[in-house]
Amino acid sequence: METILYLAHPEDNGALGRTALEALAAAKALAAGLGAPFSVGLLGGSVQAAADSIAACGAAAFFAAQGEALAASRYSTDAAACEALCRAAGATLVVAPATARLARCLPGVAQRLGGRVDSNCTGLTVENGAPLVSRWYYRQRMVAAQIREHRPWIITVAPCCFLAEDGQGGSASLQAVDLPAVTPRTEVLGIDAPAADEQTIRPEAEMLLVAGAGWTKKQADGQSHPDKAAEHILGFLDRTKASLGSSKSLVDLSGEGQSVLPFLTHLHQVGQTGATPRHKKGLATCCHGEEPHVVGWRFITERRAVNLDAGCGWAQGKADVLYVADAFAVMAKVNELLGK
Amino acid sequence: MSYHIVVCGSIVPDPLQTLEPVAGPGGPALKNEMMLPAVLDPWAAHALFEAANLAKNVPGSKVWLVSVGPKAKLQQVMMHVAQKVPFELVVMDGPAGGFVEAADTAAALAKAVEGITGLDKGKLLLFGGWSSASRGTGATLQILGELLGVTEQFQGVDELRPADDGSFEVKERIEGGGYLRSRCAGAPAVLGWATGNLPEPPNNPQVGMQNMRLIMPALQKAQPAAVGAAGVAYKAVELPGTRRQTRIVKDTPVDDIAREIVEWIKG
Repeated sequence: METILYLAHPEDNGALGRTALEALAAAKALAAGLGAPFSVGLLGGSVQAAADSIAACGAAAFFAAQGEALAASRYSTDAAACEALCRAAGATLVVAPATARLARCLPGVAQRLGGRVDSNCTGLTVENGAPLVSRWYYRQRMVAAQIREHRPWIITVAPCCFLAEDGQGGSASLQAVDLPAVTPRTEVLGIDAPAADEQTIRPEAEMLLVAGAGWTKKQADGQSHPDKAAEHILGFLDRTKASLGSSKSLVDLSGEGQSVLPFLTHLHQVGQTGATPRHKKGLATCCHGEEPHVVGWRFITERRAVNLDAGCGWAQGKADVLYVADAFAVMAKVNELLGK
Repeated sequence: MSYHIVVCGSIVPDPLQTLEPVAGPGGPALKNEMMLPAVLDPWAAHALFEAANLAKNVPGSKVWLVSVGPKAKLQQVMMHVAQKVPFELVVMDGPAGGFVEAADTAAALAKAVEGITGLDKGKLLLFGGWSSASRGTGATLQILGELLGVTEQFQGVDELRPADDGSFEVKERIEGGGYLRSRCAGAPAVLGWATGNLPEPPNNPQVGMQNMRLIMPALQKAQPAAVGAAGVAYKAVELPGTRRQTRIVKDTPVDDIAREIVEWIKG
């Protein structure tokens, strides 16, 4: 019989994040499908509050790796903690959220355990008594369903693929695991993040606005109008609290020293070498293009686009609605209506 | 303090190509895989450019590019990559497609790294893309680091800033457009790069000629790599099927379009 471990870490506020709660749902469903028990393993500076928040989730045990060394995200200490949690639970299957913290260390943990890892899985079911995972290949251009003989098997679950567990709080009894002595050579200095009112990357937002290179092109008057473009884009974000994404060509322009849209960085890029956002709605403006753009669009549920090309290869067959119009004019009016 | 920078990166189909899966004798493969134009994996390419920039700025440093891939295709890609920055190529001849195990690839890379003559592990910085454009696991570098005993690891790196005492600061991407900032006491370390901040270097034919003198012998003496997907059974491999019926709205007043978009946003 399989032994399942749900592995997670609290966020800075001590609570489990949405992705972690989604992974808990995946772990519970897997345990139910296999008829196997599952345990919870938590790592962090202090994990009691997080454990209490899911105390009634049905776990057979709660293992904890906590302390000052685990308050910050760092490979060497995180890997040691996760390894200890997996060993304490005797896990053959480990389900974890694909957060930046765990995505970094769990492949190394799999190696330490003599196991294997499948990361960013978008589906986790049981077929013929065995776990079946879905994951994407070639940057969201191909999807596969696969099973694996090797154990232990660590599975990280991509965000927004399961309904998050909720309302199962109580009082959890933690079993502390023995942590090996680790002398990290890395000191965590802190987190650099824009102030809340300057933040334009919002993974939790309902909507994504994608800006393409068309915003920087010459307009009908023969001039480019980056200031106007910035006003329209930032005005829309301000009114809707949407998240901002960008095509690679546009962020590359900024990276090459052209002060085009200075608030755009490579962090905003979606697609081949960028993020694969999962917002419910997406509005693409001044974008057109080929396959690399499409992969950034893959997991957006409702998709609309505004550009001047009715035959746009990006929109045709991929967007629900394509508005053939000048995005400068459309977004100005949209912002005006949203401001009322 | 100088660095010995080993960049791990393989080739992937050109992102402009439309891919189609087929069932091969060893599992899933791409239709006409050997015929598809290939490029250096985009994130690995960023890692290579960052490595070259670091080596240029820290005297005494050296860059190796270690790759597991079919050597005929690697040779084609290197004709282009070699013109970008100076490096020495180390090749393991094996598959570069998506349907292979990260653990197998890491084992092959570890063997190749261990075999590099003159490599000082005390100066070792293992670079690569934090994820590939083929398998996309974001796992190979960590496993490789573990195999080589390197436990200072960073993923999604956009900036490495070396200090005079051999330490360096690293900025790693985290959720919500933020960075985790850390200081590492020094090499050895593993760094999986995101895009970094450097533009792609222009072609330099002189660098290309220097590189190719070492690349061709490296390709000729490439050892076969036992890389596969033993223990994994693929129940299905397919292209995403949903093609949307796109409604084209044209010759419509801007006011009407804007109103419809706002209704959709609020709906």
